[in-house]
Amino acid sequence: MTWSRFKDYFTTYLFIIPAFLLFCVFSLYPFLKVFQLSVFEWDGIARSMQFVWLNNFRTGLFYDASWWVSMRNAGVITLLAMTLQNGLALMLAMIVDREIRAKNFYRVVFYLPPVLSGIVVGLVWNWIFDGSHGLLNHALTTLGLAKWTHAWLAEPSTALVSVAVIHMWKGFGWGFVILLAGLQAIPRELNEAAHVDGANEWQIFRKITFPLMLPVFFLVSILTVLGTMQIYDIIAATTNGGPGYHTEVPITRILAAMVGSSRFGYACSLGVLFGVILLAISMVQLRISKWSQRFS
Amino acid sequence: MRRPHQGVVFTLFFAALAALAGCTKSEAPHKGEVLIWHWMTDRDDALQQLADAYSKENGIKVRLELYAPSDAYASKIRAAAQTNTLPDIFSVLGETRDLASFINSGRIANLTAAMDADHGAWRKEFFPKALATTTLVAGNAYNAPAGNYGVPIDVTNIQMLYNKDLFKQAGLDPERPPQTWDEFISDWHKLKAAHIPGLVSGWGETWMIDCFASNYAFNIMGESKVLDTFRGKVRYTDPDWIKVLGLFDTLRKEEVLVSGVVTMVNKTAEQTFSTSKAAFAFNGSWCVNVYKGMNPDLSFAAMLPPRVSNKYPMKIWGGAGSSFMVNDASVNKEAAIQFLKWLSQPAQQVKLSKDTLNLPSNKAAVGDLPPVLASFASRMDMTTHPSQWPVTEKPTVVEAFDKGIQSILIGEKTPQQIAEDVQAVKDQQSK
Repeated sequence: MTWSRFKDYFTTYLFIIPAFLLFCVFSLYPFLKVFQLSVFEWDGIARSMQFVWLNNFRTGLFYDASWWVSMRNAGVITLLAMTLQNGLALMLAMIVDREIRAKNFYRVVFYLPPVLSGIVVGLVWNWIFDGSHGLLNHALTTLGLAKWTHAWLAEPSTALVSVAVIHMWKGFGWGFVILLAGLQAIPRELNEAAHVDGANEWQIFRKITFPLMLPVFFLVSILTVLGTMQIYDIIAATTNGGPGYHTEVPITRILAAMVGSSRFGYACSLGVLFGVILLAISMVQLRISKWSQRFS
Repeated sequence: MRRPHQGVVFTLFFAALAALAGCTKSEAPHKGEVLIWHWMTDRDDALQQLADAYSKENGIKVRLELYAPSDAYASKIRAAAQTNTLPDIFSVLGETRDLASFINSGRIANLTAAMDADHGAWRKEFFPKALATTTLVAGNAYNAPAGNYGVPIDVTNIQMLYNKDLFKQAGLDPERPPQTWDEFISDWHKLKAAHIPGLVSGWGETWMIDCFASNYAFNIMGESKVLDTFRGKVRYTDPDWIKVLGLFDTLRKEEVLVSGVVTMVNKTAEQTFSTSKAAFAFNGSWCVNVYKGMNPDLSFAAMLPPRVSNKYPMKIWGGAGSSFMVNDASVNKEAAIQFLKWLSQPAQQVKLSKDTLNLPSNKAAVGDLPPVLASFASRMDMTTHPSQWPVTEKPTVVEAFDKGIQSILIGEKTPQQIAEDVQAVKDQQSK
């Protein structure tokens, strides 16, 4: 290799150094470190770590009931988000996609919740759901429905659903924006031609909108699953995982292991386990997405 | 065209990366200037003024850096320990096992010699319970060398508070809070009849539940039996433990607790009590400052948690509120110790106490304290804390216990069921 050619190549690589460096330091290294720590027992302070093979994974998989409770709770919130949140997002996107007055205003309003901080949203909803002086209970009492009042975030029958409601309120704007973009990409001529042929709204939705929107639905569903399973900030600002284990989610369990009991290795193993589960779910969704697109 | 040898380029590239990585400093080089990291937002101004005064007096610059909130601070300290960039003075926020781990890895200076110098002059200035929080005794469970490892800058304890105006409103004597559990329930009935909400506390933060339960465990079965439980010699299914858990069941059945307490953070609980929306609170001595900020007109007083048994004394959690540790690897170790010695002297302690309404750690600085704060100070002898016990419970068992109490409070499980659940976790951990 000649000096000038070497210089050319080196200059080329020099340009990617900053980005590559940032990627290595803030993504690659922590990612690999989590895998390394997951097979050690370490308190995060000591200079030495004890290699424990796969014991941390075994504990997480077979002996830590609270971990699976947290997975179930996150699953319930995800299920609600997939159905109610995305259903609402689709409905609103379809309304705003029409020629209605002030549609730009609605677009901004519907997109506001996602840009708010999860902690702030949690604190505001704390006030709404408060058992003694909350807005919701006050409204129910005013309407003569006092028997329906609850300490929404502190009762086992309502805590998880209440948290899910907050999460869905905060999150539906993302789906709304993506679904609206998908709807706007459908050529208007198709709908007009269907109308001319005498198709009603439901037939247009079933035969035109739905098939063409399938890739968008899958994108939204993957983002919903990944975003909801990793829910944390709203939980931290409202219930902190309580009462009991009723609103524990995987991230609160990982944090409890790391900060609460200084088991860094175990926390990392839960992180790896969680990552693998999310990866598996995403792979399945992608498979279904490809299959359904072929089918449609 | 033949492609140039990419291996050469990559080798040089990674060599450059390695060189850059090697540029990280291994120890903070700031000789002649004492650097302190702390998390106490409420004490930052007072500490800053004291640091400036010390610099003027002694010509040694003391620099304070504030990192809040406390959990972010604790994470920063751990990260700094891993990268050998701890400041000269810092605090370990956590349990004794964390402190011991810092000590065992050579990151905290043993201050025993400095405390013992001049016939223990420095040591004698503190409330003994304040020093106990950061003292490790010989043969401790963590195999750390015995010694004093921290300098307390204030002390604290956790008791119950009651609202005097609400007591009057319910026809109760505001100067005579309930002394026993039965009196407490009896007073509650009167408050309830007057439509006054009962007890509030931040029991969404599970350590506060643990604290309340621990008080009654000591009162019902005595210290040695509690510690024997941690050692595995007594089971959580023992009738005394069921009795402790049963108190929470009573609180639920009698509807003593303010709605939502089980997931409430302490800040919300403090707002609830300070706005007279609860007759009782369970909170620490720091609350005097907090309530003053929230409602200066609040009329309240401190009381011991009403005792259940006369067989054993009621113990409350307390000790050093905040302690500073000295970095054993610091080039300014001696200067750091001298500054902490100065900071713990009566004049500086009085200023800190007056400015921040915290209890001073120096016995000689307890002078003109406000009445509520004085009643907290007068009960320092009754304090205990897990950091002072020779043996502590495993974190997973503590979590099962605290979460179990939450389950009792929401009527999901009985005390007997929770006792069995906790014992099952304990048995699993002991395998």
